[in-house]
Amino acid sequence: MTASANANPGVMTAKELTRRILAKEELLILDVRNESDFNDWKIEGERIEIVNIPYFDLLDGVDDALARLPEGKEVLVVCAKEGSSQFVAEQLAEAGRTGVSYLEGGMKSWSEHLEPVQIAELDGGGALYQFVRIGKGCLSYMVVSGGEAAVIDTPRMTGILESFAGEQGAVIKHTLDTHLHADHISGGKALAERTGASYWLPPKDAEEVTFSYERLEEGREINVGSTTIAIEPVYSPGHTIGSTSLIIDGKYLLTGDILFVESIGRPDLAGQAEDWVDDLRSTLYSRYKGLSEDLIVLPAHFGKISELGENGKVMARLADLFRHNPGLNIQDEESFRRTVTENLPPQPHAYQEIRQANMGKIHPTEEEQREMEIGPNRCAVHDK
Amino acid sequence: MADISVNVTVDCKGLSCPMPIVRTKKAMDQLEAGQVIEVLATDRGSLADMQGWAKNTGHQYLGTLEDGEVLKHYLRKSRPEELKEAANYPHTISNEELQSKLAASEDIVTLDVREPAEYAFGHIPGAVSIPLGDLEARLSELDPEDSIHVVCRTGSRSDLACHLLAEHGFQYVSNVVPGMSAWTGPIGNQ
Repeated sequence: MTASANANPGVMTAKELTRRILAKEELLILDVRNESDFNDWKIEGERIEIVNIPYFDLLDGVDDALARLPEGKEVLVVCAKEGSSQFVAEQLAEAGRTGVSYLEGGMKSWSEHLEPVQIAELDGGGALYQFVRIGKGCLSYMVVSGGEAAVIDTPRMTGILESFAGEQGAVIKHTLDTHLHADHISGGKALAERTGASYWLPPKDAEEVTFSYERLEEGREINVGSTTIAIEPVYSPGHTIGSTSLIIDGKYLLTGDILFVESIGRPDLAGQAEDWVDDLRSTLYSRYKGLSEDLIVLPAHFGKISELGENGKVMARLADLFRHNPGLNIQDEESFRRTVTENLPPQPHAYQEIRQANMGKIHPTEEEQREMEIGPNRCAVHDK
Repeated sequence: MADISVNVTVDCKGLSCPMPIVRTKKAMDQLEAGQVIEVLATDRGSLADMQGWAKNTGHQYLGTLEDGEVLKHYLRKSRPEELKEAANYPHTISNEELQSKLAASEDIVTLDVREPAEYAFGHIPGAVSIPLGDLEARLSELDPEDSIHVVCRTGSRSDLACHLLAEHGFQYVSNVVPGMSAWTGPIGNQ
């Protein structure tokens, strides 16, 4: 990966960058996108140092950049798609700077990279995997058991999940969305169509959808594989009116966008913050209180890089979240209302169009879908 | 929207960054100050980059039109003297004063001396468009007895226009300062 003394910069893949961030390795990033895109969303990591100089300020020479990139540190140049970072990296290398590489596919690839991590082995030889979309903060899941698989909160990049299931020798039988997503395009329906699986969506979030689906409701258990790993839906409204949590194998609680490791879901992305505050509060403060404290919470997002644990896993015991998550420790109802309705972070980029696409009302091209998804997820109340 | 006359068109369709900016910069280097460039691009990222590049170089980003898949960016090469705020013509009027006169429907003429492309992307409703370079040849379109308020982007081209009008016997001429760069009143683009 490291460029040698010749004038050719190296190329780093999103996978390698992910490995370095998870291993907490030191890396200096030169982000050459324009300032507004940079301020909106950038690569983060515990030991990542990042400098922003737009490529169009470096057309006449890279002296300004060299002055801000201390010798001896490895430098990764990053832009939106790759072209500008390669252009700048080549100039840096030509100027004699060593240890320069650029990010293959730029922030586009960074946004789409999925890192699979095994969360647990399930009874009867099954396994539960989490797919960490590290650049965007989205988390998807796959339950594999007895040659069958179920995918939960499927991202747009369905090919990765399909081949992963194939490697496990499993056929995808179910795809589920815990709610109608507003921050990313769901691949759930598309993946189900391609693999002949059933697509499950909470009916209260599906009132306007233009396609057929299975009703994800309490009382309807979904079995994966002959060993029957049970997926048990628990109605838990608040982020959306249909939001439904899932209990897998009696041990794992998939909370969707209701409860995160360091935050809680925001109720405003479907335009009904005030109406859904009470639902959100009763889900978090009564419904979840009635569940076993030993459940392992697996959310659909992370907001901060600090939420990534060992190997990038994002998970926590429900009991620990009741103690430490700020969103679960607001005793006064009025303060809770203010926290989840006032001073919320900006809404995700193009969230209304994303909801329309997830209802099947609009059919953006792949390139348009990419554009719509650019940026961080911002589904939690405490995200910046 | 009014016609936008441009001095040069740069075709960057199908190119991804950094090429649209690299080509725009090269073309801009060949232009005279005050001239307008049109850049055709299909890379959506070119929009924020054009704005950022113009801001950092001092060139004037006028606006962008969408024509199907194609983004048409318009930029104007700044004159060095526009960057300083010089208003030597003695009679000036603030943006706010002009705005209240217009709101009160006073009998005045607003004369916009910017380039047609700048005018097209937003101007004071009812303003007469005569670019500074054409003003001397088109004086007959104006009445020397009218109360004329001359506006440009920052007050410097309009300052030159005020001098020119005064030399030709126009008596009631005011320079609007700072001009469209800080205009918060009504905007038309018809």
